This record gives sequence, structure tokens and C-alpha cells, in this order.
Amino acid sequence: MDNSQFIQFPPGSAKFKRSMRYVPRDPGEDLDMEDSEHSLPPEGEFHLFGERHPMSLTRFVVACEGGVEDSDAEHGSVVVVTGVAFVVMAEHQIRTLDGERAPNNFEDEIKLGAVDRTFVSLSVGFEGLGVKEEKMWGILRQKVGGASGLSSQGLGNHMLRLRPVTSAMRSYSSATKEMTVRDALNSALDEEMAADPNVFVMGEEVGEYQGAYKITKGLLDKYGPERVVDTPITEAGFAGIGVGSAYHGLKPVIEFMTFNFSMQAIDHVINSAAKSNYMSAGQINVPIVFRGPNGPAAGVGAQHSQCYGAWYGSVPGLKVLVPYSSEDARGLLKAAIRDPDPVVFLENELLYGESFPVSAEVLDSSFCLPIGKAKIEREGKDVTITAFSKMVGYALKAAEILEKDGINAEVINLRSIRPLDRATINASVRKTNRLVTVEEGFPQHGIGAEICASVVEDSFGYLDAPVERIAGADVPTPYAANLERMAFPQIEDIVRAAKRACYRSAPMAASAS
Amino acid sequence: MKFLPSSSEERVQCFRILDEDGYPISSNMMEHMSKELALKVYRGMVTLNTMDKFLYEAQRQGRLSFSLTSFGEEAINLASAAALSIDDIVLAQYREPGVLLWRGFALQEFANQCFGNNIGHGKGRQMPIHYGSKKLNYVTISSPLATQLPQAVGMAYSLKLDKKDACVVAFFGDGTTSEGDFHAALNFAAVMDAPVVFICRNNGWAISTQVTEQFRSDGVVVKGQAYGISSIRVDGNDALAIYNVVCSAREMAVNEQRPILIEAMTYRVSHHSTSDDSTKYRSKDVIEYWKTMHSPITRLRNWVERKGWWSDKEEFELRIQTMKQVKNAIDEAEKEEMPLLREMFTDVYDDLPSNLMEQETLVRETIQRHPEDFPKDMPL
Repeated sequence: MDNSQFIQFPPGSAKFKRSMRYVPRDPGEDLDMEDSEHSLPPEGEFHLFGERHPMSLTRFVVACEGGVEDSDAEHGSVVVVTGVAFVVMAEHQIRTLDGERAPNNFEDEIKLGAVDRTFVSLSVGFEGLGVKEEKMWGILRQKVGGASGLSSQGLGNHMLRLRPVTSAMRSYSSATKEMTVRDALNSALDEEMAADPNVFVMGEEVGEYQGAYKITKGLLDKYGPERVVDTPITEAGFAGIGVGSAYHGLKPVIEFMTFNFSMQAIDHVINSAAKSNYMSAGQINVPIVFRGPNGPAAGVGAQHSQCYGAWYGSVPGLKVLVPYSSEDARGLLKAAIRDPDPVVFLENELLYGESFPVSAEVLDSSFCLPIGKAKIEREGKDVTITAFSKMVGYALKAAEILEKDGINAEVINLRSIRPLDRATINASVRKTNRLVTVEEGFPQHGIGAEICASVVEDSFGYLDAPVERIAGADVPTPYAANLERMAFPQIEDIVRAAKRACYRSAPMAASAS
Repeated sequence: MKFLPSSSEERVQCFRILDEDGYPISSNMMEHMSKELALKVYRGMVTLNTMDKFLYEAQRQGRLSFSLTSFGEEAINLASAAALSIDDIVLAQYREPGVLLWRGFALQEFANQCFGNNIGHGKGRQMPIHYGSKKLNYVTISSPLATQLPQAVGMAYSLKLDKKDACVVAFFGDGTTSEGDFHAALNFAAVMDAPVVFICRNNGWAISTQVTEQFRSDGVVVKGQAYGISSIRVDGNDALAIYNVVCSAREMAVNEQRPILIEAMTYRVSHHSTSDDSTKYRSKDVIEYWKTMHSPITRLRNWVERKGWWSDKEEFELRIQTMKQVKNAIDEAEKEEMPLLREMFTDVYDDLPSNLMEQETLVRETIQRHPEDFPKDMPL
């Protein structure tokens, strides 16, 4: 991890590489810092991970061996505790800016006061509560009003309830902020375009309109019309042009407004892009990315709802990726753009607006995910559920429901349809002995069919139940909302399938299976 | 209220320098081709013609699975190539191997590709006549028609960003202009100011479909204006005219950064390919007529002979020499080994993926275990 952006706080000193701004709780607060061991951050804006946080330090938390929690801390708030800066993140978890994790397993909440008071309050509070100092980890000491040392008063109206240490450190969560899939894709495009002048974007409405789904927002202004090309309405035209430009060494990112329209250009995707390297005996490679929303949205009818994972996934020469979270979106799109082979990048319109936590590592511009590796989103031991794109979210929710019935499901986010991570899938099925595949596309010749065949071929002896395939209905997608709901997998369908695979059609008390 | 007519009363005139017998039409006109260049073009046309004959025969003899010839269109092939620079990228359809020949692709290499042997550049991947050479800036032939047209625009866009003194030249036939890609490419090229020279070989036939059944417009040249592209119609069997027109077009494309459309009128003396017997839909007499009375080779030959640059003796020598070379190349290519088993799996992706490595291992094991099920001479 790149620490250079972080604020370094060696214990005993407070060296601020960047400036931070804090807001005292009360205006006119007298912050007498002279005698403090550690100076407060100077005014300014807080920079973290290359982004500005106009952060107001209205709250602080105390870190101690027992852990720290503050439910009122704002995301992004920075805490300075004995020279070690902590960042308060989502889910009330604390992480040090230098990467170390603060223990945060504790029972009582610690309320915060304003910066200055907190300094005082905390130190007083701790004293007042009689917790041994050596057990304290990182307490700020500060004098207030010229008084030296600690005072047992001055708590003011702040309550400090300290949770005693009860259990070991929880597992590390490095989530720093949340990011929508849309922003993830946009930032990935931006960074790759900045890093490589050969990368350019082409499609309908990608420029002036900022993208039909705003994925390319801001790119035209930043990179100009030569690198963000608005095209006439001809998928065959711009897909062919994209392939041609890739033949000559550019790295096009071609946007289809939806992959349903890619059928008008599918000859170029398959006959020109996928097969060229092979047919030209390695002389012509096509480092192109075809991206856009795939599968159903909501109420858009038959010609706007088909999933093309199976179609493109069957073609040798292509790589087919299916991101789910923002981390997936960033990592896989970057990998796709950098890859010398043609990549079909299937997004999902309904996921664009969804937020996911992203760690510092994900936000780094060099972040990249390997192509062809699935991710185990949730570990389990009773049944394996494979899914991709939006269905991963559904599968996770199904897994939570199943947990209540004592079924411990393992959810695999495929991330990549071609190459398919057969190793991960098979290893999981060998562990759980049961498999449910989930997809929104048509059932015949679908992704689930391929996964089932792979498992039967490689792990037949491990299966304790027939493979369950959950897929979209074998009909062109209807428009009416009630019919549309019936045409696509719902969470309950996944739950019932998992139960069938576990030979449990009715909810039962938890039992080892 | 005035509707534009569906076509103008007069057909668009054809640019020509030499008449049917090889005499310059206007004695004041500059002929724009040096002796050296003219003879190189002529030799190329004869070589192409000879190569086509032998490869066609080889297919008829069962030694090749497929072949396709450019009889009657040799002038378009060689004279256009002569007008281009090696930096100009060529995206051809399939009836333009003469351009590759001009640029230095050896007869042996042509033969190797057709026979799909181990030393051919194509590693035995493509069916015959689907030539390509990155070194010579000739993009590998792709079977689906017109796909090369928007690709040409894409490559031109890339050249444009590089600001190179080069253009892209895309060849296609009259039938191809019906494809959607043709429309998209021309439209796009005009909108993007792409330096592409579109050269249409209007040879009158698309397998058995005559141009009258292909489109109702006055050929292809009039379509250029619909997209905002300067266009010209030229006599495709007049090597000098082709040379001059392509020179000018290229200059405009490169210097003014815009596309140009050239319609070269010619006649498809060949059958469409070895899969076609065109006597089924046209008379042998018509074919013979065009072959003898309007041969582009004869026309140029008359001109260079009258110039004193060529003689019967040289003609005889050229023919004998070319026949020997072609025959030799074919024989050699046929003798060469077939591609190694490994080449089935390489180049699918940039790097060999693990699943294909596994498959290759499995195949080899199977061959070892069951040698009786596989040909004895298969190179591993």
C-alpha cells in the first residue's frame, strides 16, 4: 500500500504532511495548545487518497486497548491520538492512517466532544474511570486553561463510557469510503486515460451528453474530443472503427448503450476482434474493450433486457468480465483496458447507482484485479451459490436468509465468465458438496449450464445433490411489472433452490448437514 | 417544389488516359509514369495473372481447398499499389493480392499461405488467399464483406492522431456497397475527416448478382456525394488512369485529411471463386469477349511496346520465368510440413491460457495412447 499520501504520525511527534482543518464545537473556543504534547492539526483541508475532504473535526475518538467506537463519528473524521492518526470510517471502524488497525472490540460507547474538550475530557475521563494508564493506548493529553496535568473535572456534558476489553481484535476492515459503481467505472476510465494516451473512449452520447448512464462524465472536458468520441448511430460502424483503430495500436474503449444493441455489431466483436489474433497468426492483436450495461434493467422490455454473458462467453479469443461491486468495477475495467486481448465488459444498469465500500488499495490508481479469478464473497460450508453481476447481491441476501435456517451458504462472485474460474468453483463444491448457479440470462445454454458441466466433469464424486440452476425465464422479457418480476430470479428463488439442494424444503432447526 | 431526380440523365463520366488499344486519348495529356515504373507495373500484372492461373489449377487438381483469382482486374491491383507508399495501410477484400505482390510479398509466401504449411506466415490458420502481412502494411484478409471498411476508418483515425504522412486504402467490390458497414464507414469517415481512400472495384458481378440487381443508383461513385465525400469514376482497366487517380486521391486524403471515393470500372473475368462456375449465369462468349478485347494487360503492353520499352522477346522471357517461379513456389509449398500441433492453441489470446495448455497436453496424451486413430504424418 502506498503510504505517501498518509499523514505520518510517529509517536511523540506530529508531523503533518498535509494540512487538516478542524472546527471547534463552540465558536470562540479557547484552544490553548501551548502545553500540549501534540499540536493540533493546522487549519486547512484534509487530503487523503488524493481527494480533498473538507472535513470538520467535530469529534474525536479515544483509542485504547479495549478498542474504540463512536457511533457519532463522521466518516472521514480524523482522530489524532498520541501522534497516531486514526480515520473514522464507515461501520464505525477505526483504522490508523499508517495502516495499522486500531483494536475496536469493546462494549461501551465513547462519546466524543469537540477537539479541545475531548483532549481534556478523555484524559480526565479515563482518569476518572480509574482505568490503568498502561492499559490505555494512545490517550491524548492536553492541558486546558493553563492547568497542567490532568483534572478529574472538565468532563462537561460529555459522557465517557468505556468498554472493558472482552475479546480479541476483530478482523481487519480496511474500508475507507464508499463509492458507487458509476464512480468506480468513471474513475477507472479517467485514470487509465491519464496513464496511457492511446486509450480512448468511443460510443453514442459518451461525450457532450456525459454518457447515456453518465459513466463517461467529465471525460470530454478533461481529454478532449479526440479521445472521447461521440459517434453517429451505428454500432456496426463504431465497433468496426474501434477494431480498426486497435489494429493500428490504439486502445479503444467502445461503449454500447446496452449490449442488446451490440447485436448490430456482433460480427465485429466476434469475427474481427475475437478471431483476429488467431487468424493473423499473432500479427494483429486487438486490445479493445467493449463495455456497457447488460441484462435486464427495470421495465424495459424484451429488446433491452437480454443477458449476453453466454453468447460472448462461448467465443474463444474473447475475455468476458462481469463486475459486481465498485471494487470489481474498478479493478476489472483497469485490467480490461490494459489487457492486449479483446474484452467484453458486461455491466449492469441497476448497479451503477449502488454504493460499495472501497479500501485505499482499491482507490489507488495502480489497482488492478486479475482476469479469470472469482471471488468468494461469503464463505460457507453447506452449499455453493455462484452468481455474477446483480445476482451476487441477491445471492448474499439469500445467504443471510438461509443462515437463519441453519444453512451456511458460500457465495462465489464469478467476476469473469471467460475465462471461467473453474478451480475456485470446483474447490468450493468439493467443500460444500452442493451447487446452485444463479444468472439472469436465458436458461438454455446459459452460464449455469457450463458451470454444471464443469462440476460434473471435475467433481462428480463430491456432489451430494443435483445441481440447481436458477436463470431467467425462457421467454422474451415481458414489460408489465408483475410479469417482469416473474421472469427473473428473485431472492426467494435462490433460497428455495439452496434448500432443495440441501434436501430441505421446509424450514427446520439448525443441524449439521 | 422540386424533387431531386433518382438519377441524373447522364451517367458519371469515366476518367481514362489510354483507349482500348493502348493509345493515349489526348496527346497533350501527361502520361505520368516513368519507364521503370510502367515496366514494374506490367511485370506485376503478368505475375499476378500467372500466379492466379496456377493456384486456380492447383485447386482444380485437388491440391488446394479453395482459390480466388483477379483475372481482368490486374490493372487495379498493380497500378493502385504503385501509387501508394509503403506506409499507407491497405485493407483489401480478397481480389487484391497484386497490392501485396507489389509491396514485396514473395510468390513462395503466397503459396505457403494457400497450402497452410508450417512456414507460411499464417501458421495454417486461414483458408487460402486470406493473405496478410504486418510488415508490408497489408491487413489480413477477413471473409465477411465490408467489415474492413469501418476498420479502415478506425485505422485512419489512429494515423490521424499520429499525424503520419500516410493514409489508409480500403478495397471492396460493387456488391459490398450494399452492406451496412459500407454506409457506416463512409459516413463516419466524412464526419471524422479520416484520411481514407475507398477504392471500389466495380466489376459488374457479385457471384451471380449483376450490378443492376445490386443497386439502382448510377454505380457507386454517386454514393460518395451523399456522405459528403469527393468521388471519381475511373476506367479500371487503364493502368495509367488508375495510377494517376490513386496518386491524386492519396494526396488529397493525406494533405487535406479527408476521405476520397474511387469507383474503378472493370469486369470480373474470373468466376467468383473456385466454388463458382459462372458459365451457369453468363455466357462463355461474354467472358471470352472481356478477357480478350478488354484485357488490361494487353492494353498496357501495347502502350509500353509503342514506347519502345518492351518487346516480344522480353514478353516471352517474362512469361516463361514467371511460370517457372510460380510452379516452383507451389511445389515447394506443397512439400513443406504442416503446422505443428501447438499452433492450434497459440494466438487465441496474447498469452497461452492454462486451459488451452491443459487441452494440448491432453491431446498429446491421447495421440500417444491411440496412435492408430491419428494420421501418421501429423507433425507434433
